[in-house]
Amino acid sequence: MAQQIGYSKKVMEHFMNPRNVGVIENADGYGKVGNPVCGDLMEIYIKVKDEKIDDIKFKTFGCGSAIATSSMVTEMAKGKDLDEAMKITRQDVADELEGLPPQKMHCSNLAADALHEAIKDYQSRKEGAGIK
Amino acid sequence: MSGIYLDYQSASPVDPRVARFAQRYLTEEFGNPSSLHSAGLRARAALEEARSRVAELINAEDPSSIIFTGSATESNNLAIRGTAIRNAGKGKKVLTSAIEHISVHNPMKELQKGGFEMSMVPVDSSGLVDLGELERMVSPETTVTSIMYANNEIGTIQPANEISDVVHEKGMYLHMDASAAAGRIPVDVQRDGIDLLTLSSNELYGPQGAAALYVKKGVRLQTVNPGGGQERGLRSGTENIFAIAGMGEAARLARGEMDGESARLRSIRDRLIDEILMVEESYLTGDRTRRLPHHASFRFSRIEGESILLTLDAMFDIQVATGSACSSRTLEPSHCLLAIGLKHEEAHGSMVMTLGRYNTEDQVPVIAEAVKKTVGRLRELSPL
Repeated sequence: MAQQIGYSKKVMEHFMNPRNVGVIENADGYGKVGNPVCGDLMEIYIKVKDEKIDDIKFKTFGCGSAIATSSMVTEMAKGKDLDEAMKITRQDVADELEGLPPQKMHCSNLAADALHEAIKDYQSRKEGAGIK
Repeated sequence: MSGIYLDYQSASPVDPRVARFAQRYLTEEFGNPSSLHSAGLRARAALEEARSRVAELINAEDPSSIIFTGSATESNNLAIRGTAIRNAGKGKKVLTSAIEHISVHNPMKELQKGGFEMSMVPVDSSGLVDLGELERMVSPETTVTSIMYANNEIGTIQPANEISDVVHEKGMYLHMDASAAAGRIPVDVQRDGIDLLTLSSNELYGPQGAAALYVKKGVRLQTVNPGGGQERGLRSGTENIFAIAGMGEAARLARGEMDGESARLRSIRDRLIDEILMVEESYLTGDRTRRLPHHASFRFSRIEGESILLTLDAMFDIQVATGSACSSRTLEPSHCLLAIGLKHEEAHGSMVMTLGRYNTEDQVPVIAEAVKKTVGRLRELSPL
């Protein structure tokens, strides 16, 4: 395989073999960030059990790093307590991938945001249910 | 080379015959053409030989109308800034199209800082310059109009002759960037009525580091690179004789072999386009018929171009290009794709294949199958 411009082996490995691809029917939380106009769109679904992320899936439209960061964040978050998962930052994801090219750090590194959105969605649904 | 290389527009291999021809100028004939001794004279002879060969390729009236430079970017800068600044007394307007290479747009933007006015002629959805708008926009104050002969991203060939007629009705000089076109389709500066024309060595299977600017006799321009006065004072700097000699030999070979090679590539390319357009929601970008013979460019809905490029490379060892924002340094989508009317999300899904010397007919089904699998795989990942 040719050496890819600017991407670490780890990024290419996740890009070529993304983990946890798909959609969870009846998910407990759903997060979506980016938009196709900008070239990146990520969706994350989570299933929560005992305040832990029991299952997590993603779908991503975007470049190599958008797909690799999505895959990586699902791997990092799976099985974690929700408050632990909330602490995963964009930088953590980039570090786990052995770095991203500088120009990709902002635009294509939204996966942690999508995860946080999904957790917040779960929490607001729970609060909503509590009020009833 | 292993794999299937489909990015000849970005870089081409040097023809082995050219490499053999030019090699002596690296190791044996290393003289400086400005020196008066015999070693210098031999280098001078090589330089002038190359000048003649390049002149012949584009039917220039005289070899002395060819100025060697170091890159097509440099040729474009000399053509645009050199004429605009030299003729500023006649007017300070420069005109170009919306789909030019940035090495045309950026020198014009630089001129704007010096009080010049830059305008861009729109193109239609296939990338053809709007001749009515061109006619409306060109004025007696327009010292240089720069329109590319054929586009590198969408392959569209402009009607050079008609553009020349319109530009010369009121305006001064027509510059055409023929980097992508020369050696692939017949470019004839006299027939086409061109005042300045950019050519690139590597696009002719010559070495990188050489390019040329044709300057018609009587065109007034000044150097943008002052120094020792080489190349009629227009491009100072010791000549890169190895690369220039290689460019000359490449031009000679291209002149003899262009018709046959272009017919061969056109036939492979046409089959490739037909096969790839079988993929759902795939579209050709640029004009189907007024197109460079080696050029096939597409867009695919719901997926992104850099991912296409990476997958084809990593999984199938096929090298392509993309106009996607995500693969560019600026992270802006290709201005060319936006100018032909694509939305941002459509421009992100672009893929450009440019064929060349080592592509063969039997690669077509392999490429088509790889593209089909790549698109399918990325669409499975896509939420759209």
